[in-house]
Amino acid sequence: MSVAQALLQGDRRALSRALTWVENATPEGEELLQSLFPYTGKAHLVGITGPPGVGKSTLVNQLARYYRKEHTPLKTVAILAVDPSSPFTGGALLGDRIRMRDLAGDPGVFIRSMASRGAVGGLAWASGKAAQVLDAAGFELILIETVGTGQAEVDIARLAHTVVVVQAPGLGDEVQALKAGILEIADILVINKADRPGAAEMARTLAQWLPKVEGEGEGEPSWQPPILLTTALRGQGIPEVARALESHRAFLQRTGLWQARERDRLEAEIRERLREALWQTWEARGGRERLEAMVQAVLQRKMAPQDAVRRLLETTSAQP
Amino acid sequence: MEERRIRVLIAKPGLDGHDRGAKIVARALRDAGMEVIYTGIRQTPEMIAEAALQEDVDVVGLSILSGAHMTLVPQVLEKLREVGMDHVVVLVGGIIPPDDVPKLLEMGVYRVYGPGTPTSQIVEDIRKAVLHSASSAQLEPVP
Repeated sequence: MSVAQALLQGDRRALSRALTWVENATPEGEELLQSLFPYTGKAHLVGITGPPGVGKSTLVNQLARYYRKEHTPLKTVAILAVDPSSPFTGGALLGDRIRMRDLAGDPGVFIRSMASRGAVGGLAWASGKAAQVLDAAGFELILIETVGTGQAEVDIARLAHTVVVVQAPGLGDEVQALKAGILEIADILVINKADRPGAAEMARTLAQWLPKVEGEGEGEPSWQPPILLTTALRGQGIPEVARALESHRAFLQRTGLWQARERDRLEAEIRERLREALWQTWEARGGRERLEAMVQAVLQRKMAPQDAVRRLLETTSAQP
Repeated sequence: MEERRIRVLIAKPGLDGHDRGAKIVARALRDAGMEVIYTGIRQTPEMIAEAALQEDVDVVGLSILSGAHMTLVPQVLEKLREVGMDHVVVLVGGIIPPDDVPKLLEMGVYRVYGPGTPTSQIVEDIRKAVLHSASSAQLEPVP
């Protein structure tokens, strides 16, 4: 049996190996993604993002537990937890599982830690591909926990259907949160550690700054991102977050935005693959050797980089 | 674009809550360019095997200071076998009486480390072991 077949039949070892292949960008991984593609497009992809230390992992743990034990209907949950790789050694310490021990032993849950491996948008290069694999494996809800983001890491907005931005009181004044582009990508805003002083005040201030998302077409309802207070460590406010996730999903489907996001994501993937394929074709036609000659010419100021590119395209694109 | 990194699970089975050694090793392996999944204290053998499976690690490092290694290690090895992860390199660190070391190695543990082991030694052993097993275990088909 192939890894793809085993994965589709629920073999967890096959799933785990598939994720490694995809993460390592091996030829097997590419082949696998291709054969799994028809089975993707069903899962609800939810991004959980926010600064380090606000309680993202704890929230993910509680949400997954809630969806497995209390939500109607129960849902299977996959978790992709991304942590940063060291830019110096390439190594990484992936510690999100520490806060996810409540989920151990449940066959309806699959947790995978990923190192960012040099990507800077809060995700790993292969996060989207890993999510496709988990989607094909039949997980209904995929929670993607980003690297503790600073201010501009918004890749998750392109990948997820629903983005939950987590904040906590006492990490700096609210201007810190406003500076962050991450407020603009919030479909749901969670203020965690709400038992700490300043939570309610933070909620009031942020309420004035949240954007409105318009539905497609005239007279469609628009989505006002809710602000929810949680104390994830004690499980408080979790059902409300799950409810907001479900209403956002229903909203996206009702308004056609679900399809639109899906379309944008797939177009981006095709573009990226096309760029890569064009480059490889160009190289295979001897582009690399000519490139070196052009670099020398540019280096000696005999031509500008713009002229070099024009010449390279002329000399390598004519005959197949 | 293809990139492979050694992935290591560092876990503390059993009931002792002293994880300084485990954290030092985790950090040294990270600094050596490995991806280290740290699961924290009080892990059951089932939890360790499940995490090793989901994370598809090459190496499982167990830190045991409670003296229960002769009970815990065989349990972890058994659970790893059950989930089809018996190809992983298993290392044990902690306070292990010299008499127990050959017994653990006999069970299938790759190396046993006592207090004061230089972390560079562990890094080197892991690199050697994973390189060695990469051609055989990593490529065998899923049963």
